[in-house]
Amino acid sequence: MPRSIRLSLAIAAKDLRAELRSKTALLSALVFAALVLVVFNFARDPTVLAVTDLAPSVLWVTFALAAMVAMNRAFTVERENSAFDGLLLAPVPREALFLGKLLANLVFVGTVELVTLPLFVLFFNMSLWPQLPGVLAVTALATIGFVAVGTIFSAMAVRTRFAELMLPVLLLPFMVPPLIGAVQVTSRLLAERPLSEMWGWLRLLALYDVVFVTLCTLAFTAVVDE
Amino acid sequence: MSVRPPASGDAARVVRRGLVLSTVALVGVAAVYLLALLYAPIEARQGLAQKIFYVHVPAAWSALLAFSLVGLASALYLWLHDPRLDRFAAASAEVGVAFSAVMLTSGPIWAKPIWGTWWTWDARLTLTLFLFFLFVGYLSLRAAVHDPGERARFSAVVGILGMLLVPFIHLSVYLFRTLHPQPIVLKPSAPSLPPEMLRTLLLSTVVFTLLYLGFVTTRYGLALADEAREDEAHAP
Repeated sequence: MPRSIRLSLAIAAKDLRAELRSKTALLSALVFAALVLVVFNFARDPTVLAVTDLAPSVLWVTFALAAMVAMNRAFTVERENSAFDGLLLAPVPREALFLGKLLANLVFVGTVELVTLPLFVLFFNMSLWPQLPGVLAVTALATIGFVAVGTIFSAMAVRTRFAELMLPVLLLPFMVPPLIGAVQVTSRLLAERPLSEMWGWLRLLALYDVVFVTLCTLAFTAVVDE
Repeated sequence: MSVRPPASGDAARVVRRGLVLSTVALVGVAAVYLLALLYAPIEARQGLAQKIFYVHVPAAWSALLAFSLVGLASALYLWLHDPRLDRFAAASAEVGVAFSAVMLTSGPIWAKPIWGTWWTWDARLTLTLFLFFLFVGYLSLRAAVHDPGERARFSAVVGILGMLLVPFIHLSVYLFRTLHPQPIVLKPSAPSLPPEMLRTLLLSTVVFTLLYLGFVTTRYGLALADEAREDEAHAP
């Protein structure tokens, strides 16, 4: 295995191990996601709006908000005891450092999404089994892109005065293309439309992932190095 | 790379140059108003509402020019690390936000009588709205970072990512629209312009470009003055 991949995995493992020992961030993100779903349930008038019309948007707005809360964590934990300076001093290429952070964030956000999904099925009384592989695939495809942008932005936001506010303000415009794509594909999946109707969106999502993962990996050095 | 700290005399000169440019451009704007009202003919179907065209289109042009130059300057900054590029990007972003505010307010004023609605999620409208948000975010990031070097690097990264986001927003809004046809909005097809209208529009575009240059120069000079003052404050 190439050295940089091994280093990325080591950094991701470090982040996840630290998270598993405290579990505070994970638990708060999960509770937050559940609360958003509950709030949405009250915002909907079931006699007027069919659940399938609203479900994809509810699911993706919940994912987006939960991911935002979760991603704030990646670099705020490094602030304590100047842990990040230690990480920067380590002989790790910046690209590997970014990919490690991205990987940890993806696992983290992915876990939140995986737990939110059954809650969503439960609260909105949906049957999702036949569409589950498709929904999981589009979730992965959309999540990779915006978590990449979110990872680099949270590295910046943590150095600003209003870290918790800065991340959403910067990140939300970047979440728009993946969110629109994911909502469109999810609603077509739930309506059991053929794959050909989703193809354009899936390509757009994949292109977004490739462009922004590459760009953020390359730009990360400009964020952390003087 | 060590750069000579800008002297406050330089700053005053740049600000003065910017103010002269802006004044000339503002006189030009007054001339455009007169031409639009007195010289250009009244459009047959839209009536007087069409007059907003001479402000809206050039403002949109200046806003897009401003934002493209922010992206370009950001990319060059990460390559060359020249503080002038960062100062220019900041000035251009601020002026761009002002012009896009003009574009986003003059648009609905026209759309209400002509389209019958203040706002519609048309591809172009959505794109410009997100551009506006993107650069408001860019400016708030600049305001929230204290260290000048860090501020320059962070905002350059946002500038570059933002430039690449534009085609994605455009593409997704476009797909969204074409797959989900919305109620047809009453939208006149682009009329071939009578020469009086075209001349007024061209003059207005020149004037607004000049206004952009004047504002950016002024803002650039003010940033120089700011830096000079901070250097004095930190000098032993």
